[in-house]
Amino acid sequence: MVQNGNKILESDRDIASQVINRSNVNFNSCYHCRCCAGGCPFVKAMDYAPHAIIRLLQLGFYEKALKSSTIWICVGCNTCSSVCPMSIDMSAIMDALRQIALEHNIKVGQPSILGFHTEVLNSIERYGRTHKLEIMMRYKVRTMDLFSDMDLGIKMLTKRKLDLMPSKVKDIQAIKNIFKSDQD
Amino acid sequence: MKKELVKISYFPGCSLATSAKENNISLIKFCKSIGYELIELEDWNCCGSSSAHSIDSKTAFGLASRNLFLAPFDRPLLAACPSCILRLLQTHLHISQNVDLQNEYEKMFSKPFNRDLKIIHFFEILANINLPDFIESQGHNKKEKLPLDCIKFLPYYGCMLARPPEMKNIPNYHGLIEKILSSLGAEVVRWSYSSRCCGTFLSVSRPEIVTPIINDIMLQAVASGADCIVTACAMCHLNMEIRCSIKNPIPTLHFSEILSLAMGIKDYKGWFERHIVDPVPMLKQKGLI
Ligand code: SF4
Ligand code: SF4
Repeated sequence: MVQNGNKILESDRDIASQVINRSNVNFNSCYHCRCCAGGCPFVKAMDYAPHAIIRLLQLGFYEKALKSSTIWICVGCNTCSSVCPMSIDMSAIMDALRQIALEHNIKVGQPSILGFHTEVLNSIERYGRTHKLEIMMRYKVRTMDLFSDMDLGIKMLTKRKLDLMPSKVKDIQAIKNIFKSDQD
Repeated sequence: MKKELVKISYFPGCSLATSAKENNISLIKFCKSIGYELIELEDWNCCGSSSAHSIDSKTAFGLASRNLFLAPFDRPLLAACPSCILRLLQTHLHISQNVDLQNEYEKMFSKPFNRDLKIIHFFEILANINLPDFIESQGHNKKEKLPLDCIKFLPYYGCMLARPPEMKNIPNYHGLIEKILSSLGAEVVRWSYSSRCCGTFLSVSRPEIVTPIINDIMLQAVASGADCIVTACAMCHLNMEIRCSIKNPIPTLHFSEILSLAMGIKDYKGWFERHIVDPVPMLKQKGLI
């Protein structure tokens, strides 16, 4: 049984089928050639290599997979899938795991990365587009890391790479509806 | 007689609309010079970027699909940002394959879904023209040397050529940057990092992971003896500029910028001013500007 504090996830089988349903990928066809790990540029920063996440799923260690840093470090670049002999869509598996982890309030392996994604989505909900300067500032406040990258920020401002004002969608209600329909 | 421009809907996406305006402007100018008018998609919204599909697939599909429903029926929709086009294509594919989803979105946007909408990457236009012939036929006097004769470049695709398995059959025009620029006289330098992912959003949240990767790429770029890196991805361009900490990096140019230079487009000053690694001295030395 997967446990998270007092909360117990329905059943192990359920997690496996959720991953398969959401990602549309049958992870059982992976035979651990490790080509994915060989090609992934970020494998060193992960606690489990990409194929090891699949192994955890195959063996039923769902909690380990859901709590891993790997699912957050993965940027979905598809480098691994393009060399996978079984055409496993790793990026889709990682998307599924991340979202299952969030829905079940599992402890997030890389809170700062989640923080970044959340600020991006907030910006899109507010303006319909991303406002990079605001995302960066809110992200810095959120992670209480106010001073790193200060010189970079200034450089980007002087090169006009960060606009002061957001660019907005006119029909912002349509954007709100998209976010709302997700909650239904 | 001047031929009429072919109209194409254009989805700039957030990067090209803001941090990579130089990419946006040079792309529009270049397309115009080869006979295409890019008409910005009215009231477009963010494709959802990596963040939406990372933590909220439903919203990601909703955001991308609004753009598909906004696109006029009578012309293709073009995007140049590799990650935007992937999101748009994948969403179109999913809606085409799922009637319930199609009904849901048709209701939400009060419009019919255009199953036949052609979503094209900028590469697709380039793949179908012969640029040197084109330059000649436009009455540019046939020079003895081709416009990019003097320049040695490294093609850098990042992860843009990699596709999820369900989209493997959609062409990705591998090798197109090399083919086009060498046809204009430039010399391709081969290297092993041309398809290395730049780290995308990790450059904000985990710069200490991205910097060594970018430095690795740049060190090999410098050692190769090339004059510059040419990339077709605005995100790659940004990361090469902001996360490189080695001294004396070579400049990274947007593909659209170097194409525009080759076409003799002159208002490049505003583009190159926006680069953090200034390409102007190199371009001057090569006689390109
Ligand atoms: S490349 Fe594919 S088959 Fe090989 S280990 Fe990775 S996911 Fe499994
Ligand atoms: S999709 Fe994820 S796991 Fe695969 S190579 Fe890219 S970062 Fe690594």
